[in-house]
Amino acid sequence: MELVEAIILSVLAASTPLLIAATGELVTERSGVLNLGVEGMMIVGAACGFGGAWLTGSILIGALFGIVAGTLMSLVFALMALGLAVNQVATGLALTILGIGLSGLIGAGFVGERITPAAHLHIPGLTDVPLIGRVLFGEDAFVYFSIALIIGVWWFLYRTRAGLILRACGDNHISAHALGYPVLRIRTLAVMFGGACAGLAGAYLPLAYTPFFIPGMTAGRGWIALALVVFASWRPGRLVVGAYLFGAVTILQLHAQGWGVGIPSQFMSALPYLATVIVLVLLSRARTGGSTAPAALGTVFVPDR
Amino acid sequence: MQAHQRMLDPTPDGLHSGESPLLQTVGLTKRYGDFLANDSIDIEIWPKEIHALLGENGAGKSTLVKAIYGLIQPSAGEIRWQGERIALSGPSEARSRGIGMVFQHFSLFDNLTVAENVALGLDGKESFKDMSARLEQVSKTYGLPLDPKREVWQLSVGERQRIEIVRALMQDPKFLILDEPTAVLTPQEADQLFVVLERLKAEGRAILYISHKLEEVKRLCDTATILRGGKKIQTCNPRRETAASLARMMVGGEIREVKAAAGRQTTIPRLVVNDLSLAPDEPHGVRLEHISFELKGGEILGIAGVAGNGQDELFAALSGERLAKDPGTVVIEGIAAGHLSITKRRKLGAAFVPEERLGHGTAPRMKLSENALLTGHAASGMVNRGFIDTAATLDTVDKATETFDVRKAKRDPEAASLSGGNLQKFIVGREILRNPAVLVVSQPTWGVDAGAAAVIRQALLDLATAGAAVLVTSQDLDELAEIADRIAVMFHGRLSEPLATRDATREKLGLLMGGSSLEPKEAAHAAGA
Repeated sequence: MELVEAIILSVLAASTPLLIAATGELVTERSGVLNLGVEGMMIVGAACGFGGAWLTGSILIGALFGIVAGTLMSLVFALMALGLAVNQVATGLALTILGIGLSGLIGAGFVGERITPAAHLHIPGLTDVPLIGRVLFGEDAFVYFSIALIIGVWWFLYRTRAGLILRACGDNHISAHALGYPVLRIRTLAVMFGGACAGLAGAYLPLAYTPFFIPGMTAGRGWIALALVVFASWRPGRLVVGAYLFGAVTILQLHAQGWGVGIPSQFMSALPYLATVIVLVLLSRARTGGSTAPAALGTVFVPDR
Repeated sequence: MQAHQRMLDPTPDGLHSGESPLLQTVGLTKRYGDFLANDSIDIEIWPKEIHALLGENGAGKSTLVKAIYGLIQPSAGEIRWQGERIALSGPSEARSRGIGMVFQHFSLFDNLTVAENVALGLDGKESFKDMSARLEQVSKTYGLPLDPKREVWQLSVGERQRIEIVRALMQDPKFLILDEPTAVLTPQEADQLFVVLERLKAEGRAILYISHKLEEVKRLCDTATILRGGKKIQTCNPRRETAASLARMMVGGEIREVKAAAGRQTTIPRLVVNDLSLAPDEPHGVRLEHISFELKGGEILGIAGVAGNGQDELFAALSGERLAKDPGTVVIEGIAAGHLSITKRRKLGAAFVPEERLGHGTAPRMKLSENALLTGHAASGMVNRGFIDTAATLDTVDKATETFDVRKAKRDPEAASLSGGNLQKFIVGREILRNPAVLVVSQPTWGVDAGAAAVIRQALLDLATAGAAVLVTSQDLDELAEIADRIAVMFHGRLSEPLATRDATREKLGLLMGGSSLEPKEAAHAAGA
């Protein structure tokens, strides 16, 4: 019983940064921009988030530092890929390389330091209910926030006019421009939202997951978040399912090693990517028409004036 | 918003004297670098008027309407709306003042629903539900049926245009701009559109109608302004002009007449298609169903039809970009070629000119000589033991330049630097210089100026006279009537029985393009002709 509870708790903890980062990237990609720099923005968010919390002793300020750092990183991307119309794939990859280097520099001063991790909710009575108590009512604030965030994004995309305009930019930027929508401004905002989410997801790692910072601690989670957006076929509902599934796989991998299951851990680490490839194949076989990906995804847009 | 409404006093019906025009441009100029896209253009549009804007590609029509719609800022000159000088900050301001626009290349979103598309073209001051109700009402009032819940990619071109028109009408515009609205419609669909436009005019609205179909303009429009090379040439009453006089003003000279040689001989069948069926390879594609025809040497077969009815797929199947399972479905020069690659088909004597010039017909950033090599490597002796014979490739460029009057800045420029007409002349020339036995060409004069179009059509006729079999796919019925011996129509992936050109009236072709079949007796008669 306790083991099951422990596994669920660790799955939630492992899934939350994936969910937050992928939510941001989903909004970015829905606006038609492919930002491959999620890993880079996350790791800078992790370094700055830890630095903020370590200097001030406040988890909240740490999280804000992470958000600001991720947003600043995404602005570098926006300047290159939107302002100067540089190839988005190349810019995104460069952003990741930049982020890994930059985070090592920022974090050099506090490697080995520890902070008190984010507190978990405790509601007397409810939290103590066996099995589900701690899962539902005993998480840290990031977990609840991530769920509120994806619901908010779903509501924004499908229930508001601004969300409709954002999806329109991702479908056909020429039409959106012809109707008078400021495509580049909308995309810049979407990229910034993606950066803020990636920064927060990165900050989650040293603030709640492991209470210290080590260089490279995102360990490929940014790439999993990117795969997750494709896995979810750009839909918020599927993104939640995918995030917990991918989180579960990473935890399963640890437990499988502990139990001495004879599956190589490398194979388990590769599972999320393999699942993404399989989903892509299934999607392209099953679709009857229309495109699942935002039609303008990754294409450069220069308005004529 | 309120301020505008106070301004919009109802203009007395049809009275020009003493009133100011609904919209006026004075000395409107748009400069891109050294290039004057619009050079000091004055135009007046009055209520209850259908005003044609005529001109060739590149004459500056689109630039002018983009400036009027607020999409681009003029470099000099002014726009007056109901006598008052205005500076539009963007399309949404134009819309709020009462200017609506229906774009040539629709400004629609394929993966959004009809209602969402309409909502995006409005200013969002009403709820989605109210908007949907009004959409239904407007589409009913004007007889433009639409299903608001369907996604655009599922709709036909005619339905897509309906969305654009309904969207514009929902803003209750005083002035509506239509950019080449009939370019993609069947003759019958165009007639339905004209009924709607006449009704809008009767309601007191003004319409600016961009077209280069002169007969249509003569029939529909009260006034015509002709642009050429960015300048206004004249404003006239199109009903008092002839199509030829309008064309002269557009082109600035006589257009070379295309002449078919008398007594062209048809010889052996050179391209035969037997019961070709092919599933589409992309989600929006069309399935080809049981296509059969026979094309003899010395003959030009025209394929008409609204775009997106399988013409692209047929081209891919003929050129070898897509292979058929059964080799016998495509026979080139008596050899079953359905399974052969594009290079092997070229070696059999076939040549292909696709619709899209840049990206399909040529690699845009490569030089013309390199582009000559890309299609000529198999059968034109440009490769010597694996090495490129640069002299031979340049020679092809020079020959094509000379024979087909290709105008370019230097001897061997990048493909993308040529104008549409000149690049098309080069591509057609490159293939014709190979002396093909079979030429398959798609939309040979699409977006090409009238002078270049005449050169290309003449070249196709000359090639047939020399004994080649030519298959031309075109949406321009006048072009097909001019050069084809027989015309067949594609609809939903099926090809009709070819009609002899003299029997192929616009009405018959229009019916076939809309998916109706001709009377069985008539079809049998046509087949026998």
